Amino acid sequence: MIALLIRDIRLAVRAGGGFGLGLAFFLIVVALVPFGVGPQSALLAKIAAGILWLGALLACLLSLDRIFALDWEDGSLDLLATAPVPMEAAVSVKAFAHWLTTGLPLVLAAPVFGLLLNLPGPGYGPLVVSLLLGTPALSVIGTFGAALTVGIKRGGLLLSLLVLPLYVPTLIFGAEVARRGAEEMAYHTPLLMLAGITCGAIALLPFASAAVLRVNLR
Amino acid sequence: MASIWEYANPKKFIATTDKLLPWVSALAVATLVSGLIWGFFFTPEDYKQGSTVKIIYLHVPAALMAINAWMMMLVASLVWIVRRHHVSALAARAAAPIGAMMTMIALITGAIWGQPMWGTWWEWDPRLTSFLILFLFYLGYMALWSAIENDDTAADLTSILCLVGSVFALLSRYAVNFWNQGLHQGASLSMDKEEHVADVFYYPLLVCIAGFILLFVALVFLRTQTEIRARRTRALLARERLGQ
Amino acid sequence: MELNVSELAVARGGVPVLEGVSFSVSAGEALVLRGPNGCGKTTLLRTVAGLQPALSGVIGLEREAMAYAGHSDGIKAVLSVRENLQFWADVFGTGTIDPALAAFDLHGLIDRPAGALSAGQKRRLGLARMVVTGRPVWVLDEPTVSLDMDAVAMFAGAVRTHLAGGGLALMATHIDLGLDEARVLDMRPFKAKAPSIDDFDGAFL
Repeated sequence: MIALLIRDIRLAVRAGGGFGLGLAFFLIVVALVPFGVGPQSALLAKIAAGILWLGALLACLLSLDRIFALDWEDGSLDLLATAPVPMEAAVSVKAFAHWLTTGLPLVLAAPVFGLLLNLPGPGYGPLVVSLLLGTPALSVIGTFGAALTVGIKRGGLLLSLLVLPLYVPTLIFGAEVARRGAEEMAYHTPLLMLAGITCGAIALLPFASAAVLRVNLR
Repeated sequence: MASIWEYANPKKFIATTDKLLPWVSALAVATLVSGLIWGFFFTPEDYKQGSTVKIIYLHVPAALMAINAWMMMLVASLVWIVRRHHVSALAARAAAPIGAMMTMIALITGAIWGQPMWGTWWEWDPRLTSFLILFLFYLGYMALWSAIENDDTAADLTSILCLVGSVFALLSRYAVNFWNQGLHQGASLSMDKEEHVADVFYYPLLVCIAGFILLFVALVFLRTQTEIRARRTRALLARERLGQ
Repeated sequence: MELNVSELAVARGGVPVLEGVSFSVSAGEALVLRGPNGCGKTTLLRTVAGLQPALSGVIGLEREAMAYAGHSDGIKAVLSVRENLQFWADVFGTGTIDPALAAFDLHGLIDRPAGALSAGQKRRLGLARMVVTGRPVWVLDEPTVSLDMDAVAMFAGAVRTHLAGGGLALMATHIDLGLDEARVLDMRPFKAKAPSIDDFDGAFL
């Protein structure tokens, strides 16, 4: 399993692996928002937390199809299914690798991009904490979506259509934490809800993802 | 011994529903027409809302069926996963567009009702938002069905999506409630007499709901028959290709 | 160790393609499945390897005994030959890749990125993976496609070593494997008849 994790990270960071693309996409979304809503810093400060969460979510979405598609095309997924690793574990490891290569960089970059959007001072802590807690759920839910659409040619759009509604609760609670933090309000209730969703998703969704992947492999 | 699973035989299902369909359809039309006429023309106008309140006879039953259709899909998906009856999977597939349509009707009638009442077509109210999310779930479910060529694979994948989706739809409902408290009035139907609408509105509403349920059943029968026949056609074509 | 398959029926895309397939392969033996394209060889091998469920019938061994190699080799272009092979060795818990490198003469290519290999070299790398799995039953689908004469001989040598060590092999091919001692099983008699239209659900299959 550690071998699988190391391989996936290696594949992501080597040329053509798409590492950094998510981060670049995040930056572009953040940079485009002021063009859309205008440069008034008061307005930007008010919406910064939500925009950062939405940007991170979209950047995460963008890289989901790589989780299984490449392994599916070159046959590795078949071989992995016959390996002495339970499918549930393989799926979890792949989700974790996706988080390490996509989610974690987004969390680390978010405060920097927060400066661009004039995020108020007290908002940085809650923003990072909420992203740190929420992005694993995004990866795990996304892995389920990627497993569903792995056998479909050009399934990228369908993947988004399936995954985005599933992202709604995570986004609501995550963005709520960041927003309340920026407005110096108490945010521990949504934070606990967010943590609950993440824990639940990590605990249960790999079973669904593995089941779906087995169906797609036969 | 006759068991309910006998109806999972495609032929038996078609034969039985063929017999039931005219009756259910006729009953649905009769109930809907009488319920709507009763509701539209023979109930008093609300002292606050005036005649706009009468859209309740479309809005509430449609909203109810939007949720019930998803419930039916969930049950049918579970039956497919556990007992592998093709008819069950096809019934879930057949119900999805109907449920999506009901969600649409609920959203549109809600907007028409909301305009004079709240002064806005759309409000990010928890109930409205939940229905919008439910509509997205329907869209994803239907898109997944149509994207996969192999019928059994599609049935398996959509069933699991329906299961996972149900959990997340429920989560979204609570998340949305937390996120915005909303303008929407309380439940129109409730066991608690104090809470629900007055009796004069209540009884025609019940008739309309019965009408929508019958309409839903008739449409599901019809569409499941269509899906079964389409599936059979594909299977026969596949046989022909194999030269069997 | 013996692989007993009895009365196996398999389906591709929901349509039954083979039925009543029975054979047994004992340790040290290789069995070659032959038959025209599309007759279900690949489906049968995937079923035996545990990648898809059988419609009916029994496969006598656990799927943990099987090592499977399909049409594609599962090679990552950006990883080197060593990294590709070491990954599978780690996953299967065998650790060492030297015998595999030796069997398919890959020592000279060890630090080459797999993307820079020729088709035949990639195939050799894919087959070398079978050695690192350390599993007794090799299930091979068209193993010698795109291999030249020397490489076919290498492959035959590797299979013989595997058989001599008490392993067994099940292969599908319609080109020469360089294994004259292997038994051949013709798939044509097992072609599935369509289920009766009047069956419960029969109209769907």
